[in-house]
Order: sequence, then structure tokens, then C-alpha cells
Amino acid sequence: MARKTTTARKATVTMLAWTIGFIIFFPVLWTILTSFKTEGEAIAAPPSFLFFDWTMENYLTVNERSDYPRHFWNSVVISVGSTLLGVLIAIPAAWSLAFVPGRRTKDVLMWMLSTKMMPAVGVLVPMYLIFRDAGLLDTKTGLVGVLTLINLPIIVWMLYTYFKEIPAEILEAARMDGASLRSEILYVLTPMALPGIASTLLLNIILAWNEAFWTLNLAAAKAAPLTAFIASYSSPEGLFYAKLSAASTMAIAPILILGWFSQKQLVRGLTFGAVK
Amino acid sequence: MATQHSRTVARLMISPAVILLLLWMIVPLAMTLYFSFLRYNLLMPGMEEWAGFSNYRYFLTDPAFFTALRNTLVLVAGVLLITVIGGILLALLLDQPMWGQGIVRILVIAPFFVMPTVSALVWTNMFMNPVNGLFAHAAKALGLQPYDFLAQSPLLSITLIVAWQWLPFATLILLTALQSLDSEQMEAAAMDGAGPLSRFIYVTMPHLTRSVTVVILIQTIFLLSVFAEILVTTNGGPGTASTTLTYLVYVQSMLQFDVGGGAAGGIVAVILANIVAIFLMRMIGKNLQA
Repeated sequence: MARKTTTARKATVTMLAWTIGFIIFFPVLWTILTSFKTEGEAIAAPPSFLFFDWTMENYLTVNERSDYPRHFWNSVVISVGSTLLGVLIAIPAAWSLAFVPGRRTKDVLMWMLSTKMMPAVGVLVPMYLIFRDAGLLDTKTGLVGVLTLINLPIIVWMLYTYFKEIPAEILEAARMDGASLRSEILYVLTPMALPGIASTLLLNIILAWNEAFWTLNLAAAKAAPLTAFIASYSSPEGLFYAKLSAASTMAIAPILILGWFSQKQLVRGLTFGAVK
Repeated sequence: MATQHSRTVARLMISPAVILLLLWMIVPLAMTLYFSFLRYNLLMPGMEEWAGFSNYRYFLTDPAFFTALRNTLVLVAGVLLITVIGGILLALLLDQPMWGQGIVRILVIAPFFVMPTVSALVWTNMFMNPVNGLFAHAAKALGLQPYDFLAQSPLLSITLIVAWQWLPFATLILLTALQSLDSEQMEAAAMDGAGPLSRFIYVTMPHLTRSVTVVILIQTIFLLSVFAEILVTTNGGPGTASTTLTYLVYVQSMLQFDVGGGAAGGIVAVILANIVAIFLMRMIGKNLQA
């Protein structure tokens, strides 16, 4: 850059950016802080920002009273399960699309994408009835199945864009050396595409963890993941801000941490490679 | 080289994904279409009968449909306006040299990772609540009357909550696009005497157009399906003041057990979403060729 940035300018930009960043982040921060307050302090006016008696009580109460660990476990099983299943189905598909391109490769990719455009509410009724008749309502199996299908197009697309970057010659060389298709994918492609596969896993776990249409409509109690469990706080009784905050903090913390690692992949995954 | 053999293998490898998605796409949608022509209420099993287009007639002439359609458009347009303009400004700011850019990025991206039910509940209770919310505290401290956000302007409140969730997405994508802008191009423009404003209008904006379009289209797809935020905050009310098309279909099918009517509404929603989808697909398709 020919243009020199003056220190004053840099300081101003820094101040402004930090202020805006802080404002945007504030609701999350406030939730975390409130989770350590007593219920009385949580609604006190004027609210205290840092100088209150920090307590872990809410976390203990939420864990004891509400079966929280079970819902947390449901979220883990549903998000990780649907993602792993999706990747297992998607790797061979993405391999064909990336390395054996035909005339219709583009059409197949676009068609897969189009399934993602269908609004969930368009198939709410039949899905509910199918689930009811198959005994899948309020089961983890059912939710893993639906979320796998919902995220499959994104998984295929992401893997496809990552596989595309691997030179086909390397796979061909392995084939020349007599590697079977299975070992070609397992021992040549997968290790090379590992960073891409990891980002795909990460982003899709996040998406599945936060999915709040099917989880709310198809699971009410037993198999309800955190999205549905937290929704039950919408009809509160008595003082509940601190407990709501504690439950919320535990629900978002794992994903916040995972998410911060996946910023770059997020752009690529959610724009289907249109913005890199 | 793709041989005949490898083509067969490729077809075999891709078939599980294709078959699953094909089933996912066709079976439920065909059922919805079928149900939409039936008089079918879950409370009266065995009473199903052919209803022709009457479900559509009822759904499309229901005053709630027009309210829901309008609310959907207001919500989508409102969120898009806030996130795109806010996203461009924020991306421009974050692209400047500063200290601790990484940390600011982390702060800005955070809302995107908060699950919809959590952000809706936190905003409703801890910020917008007219008695104990932070906004109410602030209003009282300034000697003003607290404002009951969700009762007095439910749709605007939901728009703000959803915009908070999607602003990071727009910012992140536009920032990524900005960072791919060739700095030599900027320098050349500067050397030719272009000021910051004309550099923005003639160099930055054209470069961003594509990303802005992508942001608009992708967000629209997701925003048409906003559901949890409404369920948790207002239940679509008061009345139908914050009922969107998605929520209306949910009410009809899951709360009133009117499968036929809900299915007709679902088909209407699918058609509307498809209009947006066609544009999005063209954008992405063009990119695929390049």
C-alpha cells in the first residue's frame, strides 16, 4: 500500500470497531453474566454489570431440575449423528462429481441445491404424519434422518468444492499403481481432503445443532434437543432470568467455540462456493 | 480420463445421495399436494373426502393470508435492509487496519452461532420485557415510559431479533469479498485522483455487487422459513400481527389439525419460495461454469 495509515486513524478505527463489536456481542455477554447472578440480581434495577455476588447456583439448579443433561446429549447425538451420516453418504457422491465429471454434473449439483430451497413448512404435514405412523415422533432416530436429508446438499456441495482443488492426477497415479477404488478414496483422497472434510463436519454440526423447525415440530419431550428444551422457557413461572441464562449459556457455549474456528469455512459453505 | 467403467462406478457412488434426496423431494411434496385437495382434519379421522380447490380458495381468501403475506414481506425486507446496509458498513470498517481485528471479528460473528430459540428468549425477556428488560430499565433511568416492544410492535421486534442473528452472516461474506479486492486496483484509482467516495462507488461497489446478491438470495431463502423466533416470542400475535406465511401454515396444520388447509398453504409457500430460488440458482449456476 502506498497510502500510509496514520496512527491516529488506526486508533479511531480501532475504537469504533471495538465499540460496535461490543454492542453486537453484548446480548451474548449479558446472558453469560446473568447466568452467574441470583434471580433477584438478574432483574435488579439498575442492573449491576460485574459487581454482584457470582454464583454457580443456577447451573446446578438447571442441571438437577430439568433433565438438562439428557437434552444436551440429544443435541449431541442428533447433530453429530446426522452430520456423520451425511458425510458418509456425501463423500462418494462428491468424489463422482469432482473426479468423473460428465455432461450432467452441473445439473445434478444444481438439482441437489434446489432441494434445499424447498421451504420446510411445505412438507410439514406429510412429514408429521409419516413420523406419526412410523413411530418416529419424538425419537432421535427420526430427527437424525430428517437433519441428514436437510443438510445433505450442503455437505455434498462443500465436499465437492474441496475435492475440486485436489489434482485428479494424484488419484490417477494411485489407480495406476493398482489401488482399488475403496483404497483410492480411503487412503489417497480422504487424507488429502481432511481439512476440507473437517470444516464440512464442523459447519454442519453447527447448522444441525441450531436447527429449530423440525426439532420443534417433531420432538416434544423425550428426544427434544436443546432448541426445543430452551423453547419451553417461553412460558415461565416466577423468577427465571438467571436460570434461563444458565440454560442458554450451556446451550450456545459449545457451538460458539466451534463456530469461532469455522469462520472461513462458513462463508464458503453457506454461499455454495459463490463467495470464497 | 473417464472410461466407461469409471462412469458406471461414479453413477453407483452418487446414487445413494441422489436417491435419498429424490425421495425427500418427491414423496412428502406429492403428499402435500394430494392433501391440499382433500377435506382432511386430524380430529375427524376417516372423514377425508375430495375437496377440489376449496382448500386453496379458503386459504387464499382468508384475511389472515393477506396479513401473513404482508408480514412475511415486511419481515424479509426489513431484515434484508438492515443486514445488507449494516453488513456493508461493518465490512468496510473491519477491512481497515486496526488493532485486534481478529477479536472484533469474533465478537461480530457470535450472534450467528446462537440458536434461534435462545436468541428469541434472551431478547424477549432480558431486553424487550417492559418490566424487567434492560431497555425498560434504561427508559426508566432516562425518565421515559418503558415500551412494550412485543405487544406494541411485534413484527418490528421480531425483525430486529432476526436482523441481529443475520447481520454477522452478511458482514462475514461481504468482508470476505472485500478482502479479495485487488489492492492495486484501489491504488490505481487513488493515483488517478479518485477520492474515497468515488473509489467506493466505482471500485468497491461493483466488486461487491455479486456478493450482495448472494447474501440477499440466501438470506431470503432462510428468512422465508423463520419460525422459532415467532413461536417463542409472540406466537404470531397479538391476533395475527406477527404471523408469517410459515407460521400460518404451522397454526393451521399443527394447532387446528386442518391437514388439507395447511397443505394448501404449504404449496403456496413452496411456490413463493421457488420464485426466489430460481434467481439464486441462476447466480450460483453462472459461477459454476466460470
